Amino acid sequence: MSRFDVSLPWWAWVLMGLGLAAFVAMVAVSILRNRGMKRSLFASPYALWMILFTIVPLVIIVYYALTDSSGNFTWDNLRNFWDSNYIRRMSATSDAARARYAVRGMSNMDPLIYSLWMAFLCTVICLVLAYPTALFMADRKMKRASSLVILFVVPMWMNITLRTYAMRILLVDDGPLITFLRLVGFKDAQLMDTPAAVLIGMVYNFLPFMIFPIYTVLSKMDPALQEAASDLGANPGRSLIKVTMPLSIPGVVSGITMVFMPAVTTFTLNVMLGGSKRLMLGNLIEQTFTKQSNWNMGSAMSLVMMVLILISLTILRKADPNNEGGGL
Amino acid sequence: MSKTSRFFKWIWLVIILLFLYLPILVMMVQSFNSGKSISSWDGFTFHWYEELFSGRNKDIVSALQVTLSVAVIATVVSTVLGTLGAIGIHGMKKRPQAMMMTLTNLPNTMPDIVTGVSLMLLFIFMAGGESRGYVTMLLAHITFDTPYVILSVLPKLKQMNKHTYEAALDLGATPGYALRHVIIPECRQGIVTGAMLAFTLSIDDFTISYFTAGSKVQNLSMLIYSAARRHVDGTFYAVSTAMFLVLLILLLVVNRNTAEAD
Repeated sequence: MSRFDVSLPWWAWVLMGLGLAAFVAMVAVSILRNRGMKRSLFASPYALWMILFTIVPLVIIVYYALTDSSGNFTWDNLRNFWDSNYIRRMSATSDAARARYAVRGMSNMDPLIYSLWMAFLCTVICLVLAYPTALFMADRKMKRASSLVILFVVPMWMNITLRTYAMRILLVDDGPLITFLRLVGFKDAQLMDTPAAVLIGMVYNFLPFMIFPIYTVLSKMDPALQEAASDLGANPGRSLIKVTMPLSIPGVVSGITMVFMPAVTTFTLNVMLGGSKRLMLGNLIEQTFTKQSNWNMGSAMSLVMMVLILISLTILRKADPNNEGGGL
Repeated sequence: MSKTSRFFKWIWLVIILLFLYLPILVMMVQSFNSGKSISSWDGFTFHWYEELFSGRNKDIVSALQVTLSVAVIATVVSTVLGTLGAIGIHGMKKRPQAMMMTLTNLPNTMPDIVTGVSLMLLFIFMAGGESRGYVTMLLAHITFDTPYVILSVLPKLKQMNKHTYEAALDLGATPGYALRHVIIPECRQGIVTGAMLAFTLSIDDFTISYFTAGSKVQNLSMLIYSAARRHVDGTFYAVSTAMFLVLLILLLVVNRNTAEAD
């Protein structure tokens, strides 16, 4: 680990100094040429900041993901992600040892699949709960229902640890819910440290992110459309399926994005509610960095996660090209 | 619509609201419970709040100080940086403007954990393993706050006339004067919204702080996170309740502001 404790080599500082000097010179020249400040120059501190704290860190992640512990280029970290036996197989000296590791190692794939599965379940449950909620709130015949929107929006910005902590109080073994379940006859009812608790926590935390975009789209919909449908003989159910639902797809898509992404990447929920009994991708990344201090592997995992997110985002953007749902 | 169907729709909305708020309500009730167990009610008390405000619990006090001071400093810096940034971006030509917008939206599309981990690597890369602490956490907060300020200020700028700034310069105003007397008054509402958003996000953050603050410094979210796995007394419920109420008020104010602006 000592390798990571050293500061930057001198040439890196020189390079950075030169870069900064060049930037300042560019700004100065531009001011002199225009005999005044061009407006766009106001953005230069911001641009510099974002490059240093967003682009450079990403470059570092890619750098670590593609190097081994002594800094040489390698694909092993990425191969290792899909097949955790890869390294062992490579370093095996006997045929017997090679045979033992011949199969694909699943110790990294398991958390990935588990994360995707939990996020999928969470998204489906959220959709089922959120769609009627948004529909009823946007219903013009439901007087005052739309004033409830703020109550559904507030939790979107509410601290995730705080909300999960509150959920935990409800789910723990001597908490009100389990006590009640045991009273009514479920003697061995238990939720804490089970996947069910993690799923409940996920739905609880991310549900507002599904409700809000669907509501936004539905409330902007022209009520004349439904009137037209019913004038043309459609019953309410049919007009819901044929008119309202297709038009609300952008909201649904952005809701799915806003629920699925944080659900795949979370590690907090699994620690606080699931006791990390079964690792999720987020836990794997967190532990690889903090417990194992394996920066190369951790970076490779982060890279996989980022690519995964980018792919899903691209697919979802296709379904909502004008970003009508207003998500992200 | 029949009365019964309206009734059932209301029932549904109430159930969902209960699901969203019941845990927090239980937590609030617990903060007034004099007993230590959550399964029994042993009587009403303000004891945990007295404990909280007396400052005897050093962990909570220092976490509170860290959270608030980071939020205030990050808000000020990111508001200045973001407002200037938005003004500059608005004055750019098409290509650089699109590039800057990509840069602004990038952190939004990245998972928090990746942002946190990548910033952690940057800080250790630049200043060594022992560097993580208050300052690095502050830098991280400024980084994720600023794009939100940009995104709140830009729409206001788009509403104003593009040429007023150039007109002010032509009439002899210095850039600083034009900034103070022409541009900033026009987008004040966006700046205020952006600042409040930044403050809320900063108080709210867990994941990025967790990776960038190291083990020496803790904010409230990190404290709650670490407390979740061990048995804690009512002071934690009290501090969580207080934090919930502060966030609630902030959010209601922000929401009102944006609603008015629209």
